[in-house]
Amino acid sequence: MIIEHQNVFKIAAHHRFQWEEAQQSHVILFPEGMVKLNASAGEVLSLVDGKNSIDYIVTLLKEKFKDVESIEKDILSMIQFALDKAWIEKVI
Amino acid sequence: MALQNNGVEASVTHTQPLWLLAEITYRCPLHCAFCYNPTDYDKHTQNELSTDQWINVLRDARKLGALQLGISGGEPLLRDDIEEIAIEAKNLGYYSNLITSGVGLTEKRIQAFKDGGLDHIQLSMHDITEEISNFVTNTKTFELKKKVAAMIKSHGYPMVLNVVIHRYNIGHIKEILEMAEALGADYVELANTQYYGWSLVNRNQLMPTKEQIDNAEKVTNKFREKMGNKMKIFFVVPDYFSERPKKCMNGWGEVFMIVTANGDVLPCHSARVIPNIEFPNVREKGLMWAWQDSPAFNRYRGDSWMKEPCRTCPEKEKDLGGCRCQAFLLSGDAESADPVCSLSPHHHLIEKAIEDAKNPILKEQPIIFRNDKNSKKIISGEVKDRIKDYHATP
Ligand code: SF4
Ligand code: SF4
Repeated sequence: MIIEHQNVFKIAAHHRFQWEEAQQSHVILFPEGMVKLNASAGEVLSLVDGKNSIDYIVTLLKEKFKDVESIEKDILSMIQFALDKAWIEKVI
Repeated sequence: MALQNNGVEASVTHTQPLWLLAEITYRCPLHCAFCYNPTDYDKHTQNELSTDQWINVLRDARKLGALQLGISGGEPLLRDDIEEIAIEAKNLGYYSNLITSGVGLTEKRIQAFKDGGLDHIQLSMHDITEEISNFVTNTKTFELKKKVAAMIKSHGYPMVLNVVIHRYNIGHIKEILEMAEALGADYVELANTQYYGWSLVNRNQLMPTKEQIDNAEKVTNKFREKMGNKMKIFFVVPDYFSERPKKCMNGWGEVFMIVTANGDVLPCHSARVIPNIEFPNVREKGLMWAWQDSPAFNRYRGDSWMKEPCRTCPEKEKDLGGCRCQAFLLSGDAESADPVCSLSPHHHLIEKAIEDAKNPILKEQPIIFRNDKNSKKIISGEVKDRIKDYHATP
């Protein structure tokens, strides 16, 4: 699937995304497993909430991390990765 | 995960449990020939932890970092407080999983689980044929399981099927996967029997040949290709047929913690077979101490306990010498290399088992089904002859 700027995604059914105090990281939990996310993946996925469009997420993070070049590319490849892993699903 | 420092500071651990498995009761209406429960489980059916004690276990484990909760048994649904425990799990932020044979799951109970926030239910299935399913569980439960599968699905749960594979159903992998597809399974775990507990006692009956395993894997791969992301299929390769052992439980006391019906705290299901280790119990010093400081949990952390050939083996980080229980059960020495490893001096025991699987002795050694009567017999030593080759006698 090609990700378009107007697309909206949410955490996939049967998956849970949460902050873990003990691990100091975000995690994704699902039947049979869990993944500990690094800080940037956690940052991106916490914005994937079934309401925010990709465009909005990119704009927001660009604003927040002004110094990071290629941030748009990083965000899109993170979303693509999460989609391939079936952690997130498309709403619109 | 912080690596242990050769056991130098053996009582200080920086590991955190991620998984808590609550073996909440050893009572079970089924009598599966391959059950991994301890053969002496009958000792632990009269002194189960109370609801409050379980809730404390959940709280303490969460503080230690546990995230995934498995509620298993025996048959957990034989207890009537699973609803209450599931609600507490939800409030604490666990991702919770009920592991069940399906017996005892009613509309009312599943609705309560859904409302309470239980995340998923893993159902065990045995075969596509009623005959074999009923035979291997020693009960008539096949039709019921199909009904329960439909109930799980209709309540919006992911459908997670676990099928233990052995000689009697390994020829039906394709049909089993088709059944899973028809039931709308999202995840299917084809768990080849591993030989602990009752399955070790019945190894002779259950173990398939190498050809059968290879073939089953081929069939599975083909089916997986066809299904893509729609149904995730896991094929758990049995240790006996690998060159190297698995990194058992991802390391002793690294990420898994098991609390048994009577409150014992274990690093793996079958750890109590190892002699001369006193396992902590939650009724005594609590979970924190059990995980961090108990001698039992520190016993095989790191690698300072290793003997040759593991001690100087370049691969030791990869598998940590395999499974301590399997090493003990087969060789009589828990500190020796897992006999599954081709470098182990006891590897011939595995080769012999594989060879024997070609010509199994079925009639003379009937299945010893997992039930209270047989457990009592094993405890009293009545069936010693059948298990003398394994150090499985409690
Ligand atoms: S394997 Fe069978 S007998 Fe053992 S606990 Fe599970 S359902 Fe019960
Ligand atoms: S010798 Fe020991 S450490 Fe080396 S591969 Fe075999 S089991 Fe693993």
